[in-house]
Amino acid sequence: MLDNKTYIQSFCTIQNNEIILDGASIFKLEPTTFLDFSKKAYQYFEINYSKFFKMDNLSKLAFLGAELLLENEINNTKENNIALVFANKSSSLDTDVKYQNSISDAENYFPSPAVFVYTLPNICLGEISIRHQLKSENSFFIFDAFNSAFMTNYAKVLLDSNKADKVLCGWVEYFDEEYKAFLYLVGREGNLEHKIETVLTEYNK
Amino acid sequence: MTKEVYITETNCITPIGFDVATNIKNIIGSVSGIQLHQNTDLMKMPFYASIINDEAINSAFAKITSAENNTRLEKMMILALQPIVEKSKLDERTGFILSTTKGNITALKNPSSDNFQKAHLGQLAKNIADFFGFTTEPIVVSNACVSGILAVSVAKRLIQAGMFDNIFIVAGDEVSEFVLSGFNSFQAMSDSPCRPYSKNRNGVTLGEATAAVLVSSNKKNAKIKIIGDGSINDANHISGPSRTGEGLFRSIESALTEAKINANQIDYISAHGTATSFNDEMEAIAFNRLGLENIPVNSLKGFYGHTLGASGLLETVIGIESVLESKLFASLGFDEIGVSQSINIINKNEDKEMNYFLKTASGFGGCNTAVLFEKVK
Repeated sequence: MLDNKTYIQSFCTIQNNEIILDGASIFKLEPTTFLDFSKKAYQYFEINYSKFFKMDNLSKLAFLGAELLLENEINNTKENNIALVFANKSSSLDTDVKYQNSISDAENYFPSPAVFVYTLPNICLGEISIRHQLKSENSFFIFDAFNSAFMTNYAKVLLDSNKADKVLCGWVEYFDEEYKAFLYLVGREGNLEHKIETVLTEYNK
Repeated sequence: MTKEVYITETNCITPIGFDVATNIKNIIGSVSGIQLHQNTDLMKMPFYASIINDEAINSAFAKITSAENNTRLEKMMILALQPIVEKSKLDERTGFILSTTKGNITALKNPSSDNFQKAHLGQLAKNIADFFGFTTEPIVVSNACVSGILAVSVAKRLIQAGMFDNIFIVAGDEVSEFVLSGFNSFQAMSDSPCRPYSKNRNGVTLGEATAAVLVSSNKKNAKIKIIGDGSINDANHISGPSRTGEGLFRSIESALTEAKINANQIDYISAHGTATSFNDEMEAIAFNRLGLENIPVNSLKGFYGHTLGASGLLETVIGIESVLESKLFASLGFDEIGVSQSINIINKNEDKEMNYFLKTASGFGGCNTAVLFEKVK
């Protein structure tokens, strides 16, 4: 099992107010808040999807990365069986803390379903699936740090077992203005072989 | 050839028992863990929930260890895993998966850097792993309400990929102010014990539990074989299920294709059945689209409430006993069918020989998971 070669077809890093696609910087701002950065990136890439502004920070981060990698991948005339395998360290803690603050003070108690729904890390997978109409395999994992061995093996098993035609893998970490997204698309053809070491090297760049 | 993968050990910690046998005895006797609670630390108003007694947890925990620094949820998880791990050798071919939706979320109630660290799911997994001495890095599955059953699918796939020979899974979630207030803000909480698929159902009853299994490529002691799985998104809505049951339909279809069996060969479905209007209706539609309307189906939420990230694994543990003991358990709380398409709800305990058992779950984010099991011959 897992003898078939797989390839990284494209990859994207978002951190420090900058977006790097396939190794090239394509968008960069002077230091600013994530709210401002994400909004300006949305405008710069002319993304027309108003639901974006209802999302929490983690979903916005994941959404932006997926948008850049899937833009030219999705064929609207057919089914796109692209699995989503995402992970991070802080789960949905950024929104968890916001939600906790809304219920901690009896004098100022205002739990909101619009916030509560984002207290699950896999909501960002739902957002991406809806945007690109991906009725496909999806799962969210938590690790202390980016686990390239796990991500690589899991993506391969989805391809080898024909559960997916391609796999969008992503490390999407967000907590209190500290963020890093590293997303990459894995398929059965390409030039850059999909290996644990290659994935780790690109993540660390 | 693809490796065969089995579940060889099971256990669970719930309000109706701290081992599988006691849980089964209580299910047969229609004993539910759901009670009316008046606890203003959890919710201002009285509420129905299935909650484990603190003293029962502490005294059981004290019998196995003198460790003092574990949270309530960690104790519940350790209690579920302990009898299984005790029998096994842990090495670098042994994996550990922890499934939860909210983990130690209650730690956020009293802000401190210590408590903030505790609320990290990776920290929870590390605490459990260190207790038992797992040598490989823990894998946390946090995929809303499908987490528990998705963990089984992930374990099977990782063993088939050759990463591990054995994987221990523990799944757990607690009833907390955080989750109660959230479901309440959605107006999704039932004002009486939940009634899955019933005409008069009016929402979820929350519950807490932990469950543990050992997934192995070794057939020795096999209780059941995992033969197919799928975990496919609806791509429809983040806080409500697809009206057509698309993701669930496709998840089951994917599991059937992999298992190379037909829908009509399934003998029993342990469904999600949260007793919200939309979830139960969606499941009935998905089952009908697959021609599963006559297959006996139950939801165990009437016994346990919705135990979130634990539910899929807990309900698998009970489902395995159904197959092993050739017994279908009544779907507690069911009275009159309340979904628009007919499904075959089990309304009294009965004996039935079973070969194939399907477990399904669905959750926020549009996620769905289906896993097919086959009786070991």
